[in-house]
Formats: sequence, structure tokens, C-alpha cells
Amino acid sequence: MAHVPNPRPTGDFRVSYAADRTLFKTRNETYFVIAGVLLVALAPLFFGGYVLSQLILIGIYAIAALGLNVLTGMTGQISLGHGAFFGFGAFASAWIASRGIPVMFAIPLAGVMTMAVGMVFGIPAARLKGLYLAIATLASQYILEDFFARADWFTGGTYGSLAETASFFGYQLDSDASYLYLVLFWVIVSFVGVANLARTRDGRALVAVRDHYLSAEIMGINLTKYRILSFGISSFFAGIGGALYGHYLGFVSGEGFTILLSIEFLAMIIIGGLGSVSGSLLGAAFILLLPQAMEIFANAVATVVPAIAQGTAYIKQMSVGAAIILFLVLEPEGLVHRWRLMRASWKLYPFSH
Amino acid sequence: MNTSLLLQLLVNGVIVGMLYGIVAMCFVLIYKSTQVVNFAQGEFVVLGAWVCLSLVVSLGLPFWLAFIFSLVFMMIFGILVQVILLRPLVGEPVISVIMATIGLSIFMQATMNWIFGNNAVRFPQVFDQATVSIGGLNVETAYLMSLVLSLVVMGLFFWFFQYSRWGLAMRATAWNQQIAQSLGISVGRVFAMAWAISAVVSGIAGVVIGLVSAVSNSLAIIGIKVFPAVIVGGLDSIVGAIIGGLTIGILENLAEFVDGQYLHVGNMYSVAPFYVLLIILMIKPYGLFGTPDIERV
Repeated sequence: MAHVPNPRPTGDFRVSYAADRTLFKTRNETYFVIAGVLLVALAPLFFGGYVLSQLILIGIYAIAALGLNVLTGMTGQISLGHGAFFGFGAFASAWIASRGIPVMFAIPLAGVMTMAVGMVFGIPAARLKGLYLAIATLASQYILEDFFARADWFTGGTYGSLAETASFFGYQLDSDASYLYLVLFWVIVSFVGVANLARTRDGRALVAVRDHYLSAEIMGINLTKYRILSFGISSFFAGIGGALYGHYLGFVSGEGFTILLSIEFLAMIIIGGLGSVSGSLLGAAFILLLPQAMEIFANAVATVVPAIAQGTAYIKQMSVGAAIILFLVLEPEGLVHRWRLMRASWKLYPFSH
Repeated sequence: MNTSLLLQLLVNGVIVGMLYGIVAMCFVLIYKSTQVVNFAQGEFVVLGAWVCLSLVVSLGLPFWLAFIFSLVFMMIFGILVQVILLRPLVGEPVISVIMATIGLSIFMQATMNWIFGNNAVRFPQVFDQATVSIGGLNVETAYLMSLVLSLVVMGLFFWFFQYSRWGLAMRATAWNQQIAQSLGISVGRVFAMAWAISAVVSGIAGVVIGLVSAVSNSLAIIGIKVFPAVIVGGLDSIVGAIIGGLTIGILENLAEFVDGQYLHVGNMYSVAPFYVLLIILMIKPYGLFGTPDIERV
């Protein structure tokens, strides 16, 4: 990653290793995050259904994208099957909840189930890397999709399955406003969890595997263990995200979890910033809002050029493809990098270094 | 056991497998010479078919003229993709390159959906005779043409790489870029050429598939089917790609047969290749003919 100057405020010296490894680098960063969480928590007071549903979806996708970021950004392994794991989580949670287990527990249980499945499909990763791994995960995407269509007892087959409404000690979380808090809770848990993971021995081992796997192995890191572990962690978050998604919609059907969703997850972390925790959130928001922004734009253009009107759906998909390409060519480090550059130039103004 | 059905499916398998082999060959060609995995290969196939079809249908050109025009179009398209999209990404990590072609594939899919519509369109009658009789066996002319064209393309590939000057340059580049460059080979031009050839041959495959069945955007699935084929053969072996394509084509149809006759689970046709892919990756990660990537520290 290209170097971006990030000067600390004057007088902010680190005198111990513990201080150097804090979760937030500066006090302002801490305030910023807390303010963000508070703003989202207060959102139901000011906004109506549309904004809330977008916030919920961003949160759900961000959790899953974060999982993929652990796998791809931190460990350097590509997965083209993340959408299928997301779907597995949704089905698993609906299935568990239909056995009479409260949704509150079904969600983490679904995460654990998806984690187990992810680790099984991660076994090829122990031997493969790069392209071969990408293709192996592509196979897992198709095999899981086939499983969704086939396993009637688990997914309801082609009809899909109903997911119960979440409830909290008897209080039904059936409105957007109340569901937002459940999603917010899981977003915080996941993001703090992954941010902390990066500071532990295991997290550093994952990064070492990404940077140079041979050196990592020589340093005594068990490659097989960490590669499969990374698949496990990633699918855990995919499962949590999927479970939240399923209970939010109340209905799970296999059609939504195609390769396109997997690609969108990859697009999220690339646009947000590979390996960046906050980038996952930015990328999820970007990929979710971009097609909608494009739709508004296309509708506006359609008033002038009526020929555009029937192409709105296509323009939405084209914009995702174009966004991936443009980011890769123009800003391969993602939105987070752009943000860091802006912050650095703000702090250093009027000097450039 | 239903022998005639089995035979029919085997013949289907060989014909489809040949086409898989051709597309897989294009895929391997790009990978071998430019180290890029082209996830948009399927869209290239569809694009070639659509261009040819719309030339025939809307402009009323004779088929052979439209065919040649569409190949020229594909050549220019391939070069443009390489120069505009992939040249800036030379030296970037694998994931960026993969994502760039995935982005291209999404973009092309949406654009083609928009321009050419979502429906499957059949070619107007191209051949005078719908079937040709060979030794008492009635064979559809389109199938025959598909087989002949596949063989011709394979022959041309062989000749090009074995005997032509540019083929030698491409092999040299694939073997070692730096040495090739120091011998005066323009690596940039070789890259562009690899994409051009690959796009043209994909276009041929697209037109042939369009003749055999019909042209629709769902044909792009062939770009995904190519992965099992190239993994069986090895990512960097052109011969392997053809053999892999044939294997997957026949395997698909055998899976269909076994499923239809005995198992009755359904959908084995499309999933069986992926199970094979996973198994092969576990046992022989570099395929049957691929070169193992040995790293020395």
C-alpha cells in the first residue's frame, strides 16, 4: 500500500507497546466512531422507512463484506463463493428458528453452521492459491446453489423458506426501527471483533500468510490451519449477515444468492479498500447506493432522452461493473485510501508533506 | 440400458466438448501469454454471436460476409480491451486482474442485455440442407460445421504456434517475458495479439453455438463451464484445454444420462463438472498437462 502520511497530533507520544496497539489511533478517531454509532442509533427518530431500510441493508452487507475482507484483504485468498455462504447463513438461520430456537440464538448458530461449511469448502485452500483457489471457490458457489435448490428439508427447495421475525425477550423486532438496533449490535460486534483480530497473534499470522506465505511458514505459522481458519472466520460473518438478511426479509429464496452477489461482495471490499476494516462499511454503502443513485440519474436523463427509460435496470448493473473497473484502474487502494489522502492533505495544509 | 440415447448423448458430448475445448483454448492462450484469467470469456463468445446475428438479421448481409465482419469486430474489441483495461493493470496483484475481468463481464452482460434483448434468437436458415447423410447416419449440418470449424481452428492454432514467426514470439513471451523482450520481441504487441486471437476464436465459437442452438445471453455460461475444462487440462496447456473441454463435454452428458436413467436427482448436468473440478484440484492441482509452479526460496 502506498505510503500516506498520517501525522499524529502534537504531544501524542507512544511510550509503550500497548499504547501503540490501541484499537483507535487517536482520541478523535474514538469520538468519531462513537458519534457515528450514536447517529445511526438515533436515526429512527428522524428518518422514515426508506432510509432505515437502507441503513439496515448496508449494515447487513457490511458484516458479510467484512468477513470477505478477512479472507481476501487480510489473508490474500480470493473467494468467489461468498454470496453462497451468505445464502447458506440465511437458510440455516431460518431452519434453526423453525425448530423452535429463538431467533436471537439462531443468528449466531447460523453463523457457526456457515463457518463449518465454509471450512469444509476451504480445505482445497490448504493447497491452492491465487487463480486456482478462485476457481475452486467458484465451484463451491455452484455446488451450494445446487444444494439450495435440492435440499427441500433445509431450504424449502424451489419454494424457499419462511424466516421468523426476530424478537427480544418477547418484544417483536418487526419494524425497521427496531430491527436496525439488532443489525447495529451485530455490526458493532463484528467490526470490533475483526479490528481486534488484526491486533492478535492469529490476525498477524493471517497477514503474514498474505504477505509471503513461504516466509510465514518458515516463521512457524501453520499455513493449512490459518488458511482454513480464515475461510471459517469469513464464512462466519457471511453467515451472520445472511441470517440477519433472512430474518429481515422474513422469506429466504435461493435465487438471490448467485455468483452476482459474490461478485458484489468482492466489489465492496475492492472499492472500500482491501484489508481495511472501515473500508468494508464504505464499500458496502457504495455498492448498495450506487445502483439507486444511477436509477435516479437514469430517470432524470430519461425525461430528456426517452430511449434511456427502458434501460434503467441495465444501467444499474453496468454501473456496478464500471465501478469495479474504474476503481481498479484509477484507485486500486479503495475509498479508504482516498479518505486518508484527503485527511493527510487537510492536516498538512499548506504543505504537501 | 438405453444404448441409442447414450450414443446420442455421447455425440452431443463430443460436439459440445469440442466447443468447450475451443473456448478453453482461448482462455489458456490469454492466461499463458499475459497471466490474466479472463472471466469475461463467455461474454466474448456471446458478443461474437450477437454481432454476427444482427448483421445477418438487420442488415441482411449474407452469412459468410457477416461472419467475417463479426470476426474483424471481435479482433478490434479484443485489442481494445487489452489496451484500455488490462494494460494499466500489468504488475498488479492477481485479485485486481481477476476483478477487472469480472467487472468487464458484468458490464458486457448488462450492455448486451440492453442492446440485444433478453430473448433467445435463432439464426435464419443458413444452410440449404438441414441435415447431411453420412454413411446412413443423419447429421445436422450445423453440427457438422461446428465439428469441422473446431478442427480447423485447432489446426490453425497448431500451425500458428509451431511454424509462424509471431507464434514463436508468443511462445517465447509465455516462457519468459524478460528474455523475450531482450530479444527484440514487443511484449505489448504480443499481449494485444493474444487478446485479439482469443476474442476472434471466441467469436467463432459463439457463432457456431448460435447456429447449433440459438443466440441468447445465457450462452455466457460457457465462460464458467470453461473453468472445469481448463483445470482438468491444466491452466497453461493448450492441448490440455482441448482434452479438458472434451472431457467436460462428455462428462456432462454422461452425468445427464446416469441421472436421467438411474439417479433422478436432477440438474446433475450443470453441477457434475464442478464436483470433478474440486476433486481434481485436490488430487492434481495443476491439472493433467499443466506445469507445476515450483517456488524456490
